[in-house]
Amino acid sequence: MALADTSAQARARRADDRVWIERITAPYWVIGVILLIIPAFASDFVMFQIFGWTFILGMIATSLMFLGGYGGMVSLAQMTFAGVAGYMVAIFGDSAIDTISMGWPWFIAIPLALIIAAIFATVIGWLAVRTVGIYTIMITLAIAAAFFYFTRQNYDIFNGFQGFNSVFPPRLFGVDWRQPMAFYYLTLFWAAVTYFSVLYLSRAPFGLALQGVRDNPRRMAALGFNVTAHRVAAYAFSAIPAGIGGILLTWQSGQISPGTVGIQPAIDILIIAVVGGLGHPVGAFIGAFLYVILKTFAVDFLIAVGLSGDRFQLLIGLGFLLVVLWSEDGLLGLWSKLRASRHRDPLTGEVRE
Amino acid sequence: MVQTFGYAVRGRQYLTSLLSDATVIRSRGGHHAIATCSIAAYISDGVAAMRALAARHPIWSTIIALVLLILLYLVFAIWPEWLTDAIGRKKVFLNALFNGITLGGLYFLVASGFTLIFGLMRNVNLAHGSLYLMGGYIGFFVADATGLWLLAFPVAFIVVGFMGVLLQILVFRRMEGQDLRQTLVTIGISIVLADLMLWGVGGDFYNINPPSWLSGPMETGLVTSQRVRSSGEVVTAYLKYPLVRIVILAASVVIGLAMWLVLNRTRIGMLIRAGVDDRDMLSATGARTHLVFVGVFFFGAGLAGLAGVVGATFQSAAPGEDIRFLLASLVVVIVGGMGSIPGAALGALLIGLAEQFGSVYFPTYAVVLTFLIMVLVLAFRPQGLMGQS
Repeated sequence: MALADTSAQARARRADDRVWIERITAPYWVIGVILLIIPAFASDFVMFQIFGWTFILGMIATSLMFLGGYGGMVSLAQMTFAGVAGYMVAIFGDSAIDTISMGWPWFIAIPLALIIAAIFATVIGWLAVRTVGIYTIMITLAIAAAFFYFTRQNYDIFNGFQGFNSVFPPRLFGVDWRQPMAFYYLTLFWAAVTYFSVLYLSRAPFGLALQGVRDNPRRMAALGFNVTAHRVAAYAFSAIPAGIGGILLTWQSGQISPGTVGIQPAIDILIIAVVGGLGHPVGAFIGAFLYVILKTFAVDFLIAVGLSGDRFQLLIGLGFLLVVLWSEDGLLGLWSKLRASRHRDPLTGEVRE
Repeated sequence: MVQTFGYAVRGRQYLTSLLSDATVIRSRGGHHAIATCSIAAYISDGVAAMRALAARHPIWSTIIALVLLILLYLVFAIWPEWLTDAIGRKKVFLNALFNGITLGGLYFLVASGFTLIFGLMRNVNLAHGSLYLMGGYIGFFVADATGLWLLAFPVAFIVVGFMGVLLQILVFRRMEGQDLRQTLVTIGISIVLADLMLWGVGGDFYNINPPSWLSGPMETGLVTSQRVRSSGEVVTAYLKYPLVRIVILAASVVIGLAMWLVLNRTRIGMLIRAGVDDRDMLSATGARTHLVFVGVFFFGAGLAGLAGVVGATFQSAAPGEDIRFLLASLVVVIVGGMGSIPGAALGALLIGLAEQFGSVYFPTYAVVLTFLIMVLVLAFRPQGLMGQS
């Protein structure tokens, strides 16, 4: 027993001595290498449409996962934050609508867009945190709808129904960032930044306090934490990945219009985050990948089965329903259930080490 | 429904006495058995309650009284020149007012079912809009096949009500207390239902024609304008308004009052209110809470179906209307206060008026006005205008 203890301590000490590169676990190596070499053999369509879109939706869904999983606030306004950033880039930067677009350089337009998205999210968060649980969903849904109608009817700033087209990324370092491979690495980079910063934040004091607020707001208040401030700050932070995702989404399709921030996209983001699982940021990307694959290939699949391709929403809805009915935490929940049952002794039902 | 609940209560006198004690404390006016209660008692109750309200909030009641007086003046007076110059013709104003009130009636029908289900069971049924649209389609096909407009209402009520019961038994009962999952599952159901309906009936607009005895305008007797011709003759124009809208408004007022009476003055209502306050305690006293829940779900969903028929007569049933009315009922119950029937009425009236006046006087931002009201209410009274904190 004592021997085991000392060896465990020794192992722990050795773990601390390791260089940071040694502490990266095998799955990260495998996935990281695969993601980096995908452009070597994937087609332009796969890089630009499938992976680019996956990373973008994953980022926006990660912002929802951050709010929902760590903060306990399921918000349907994340697509709206993304849309605000996308619109701001179109308004401050360049677009075909040169009567509205100001044509400012990217290093002003992009930070400004993100700052405005964060301010917007702070205001919305301040309103939404006055309520809890299901009320939050309803209120953020109503806000998302309000923003959608506002952009559709406002022609002075948001150019109404048409929105903005020809919104392209700047030609930085002489690279056209809308080329499939460049765009792939661009979105991969920001997705990785989002993933690791959310993971880091969840272990930082702020993230821990936020999880405390999620689990027991009264106790956290008694401990001297400002519950409301933590929640509002979580909204403000969540607008950054959502905003980056929104800007990339605008660049990818080259345009932004009220349809981008409609109610359906807002619900799609919720579906992505929930199907993937709200427990870990990786869930958002898994959900986004599934969604994109489904959205891209569902029509072919439906026609192969003998149904009309229009029944795509039905497929998405049924899939979502099945995952939600079966698992409390999306696919991540199913995975951990499976792992738990594998580690269970088949005779006694006890969990083995 | 009365019988279902009566069955649940039969032989449980101790429960009734327990609950009626609680009710005496809860309702300020005192508890009346329905048989002994007269209209005079209601009115005196109401007057007493208004006095109490005026004593507690002198500033607010003065403001509300002033607004009402101005409104009465605007409706009944013959507008002087400067007023017409300032805000346009009286006919436009009156039409917006009436449209707002009747739209509020429709919103109330949708939102009251939503708020009833939420109030009792804490179930957020985001498939409520789909139930509404389903009611509209059912109403259209029934009215189209039989030619009887009135038959559409009971059929839609019962069919959609049973859909609600199915939802309750298959979904909500399995995940009691898991708000988020319920919400997500109902979102999934609404997506599936929306697509199934699109598949079944296509994307066309379906409009139910009201029967001939209800179509056509009605003389309201309200003066819209008065002009003196050069010959000295005075020409008075009166407002005409579609009769069917007024009938539907009256019906929704009656339904609302009936709901309020059932909730506040009957034994079933007592059970429901007791369930709202403390579900576990109610079931511990031996009431069949599940039966009450199923009944309320049936009624709430049925109301959505009913409202669907009304909506298909008012406007039309089409894809997208489900989300529109889901949002409308969300905003209405957020503004009015969750789980409160009078709150739903007030919220529906406010939102209906805001939408109509908005579309007449500031057409660009009509929808935004609605949400502005919601934001203001949230900022200053998060529990809603009539909600209990």
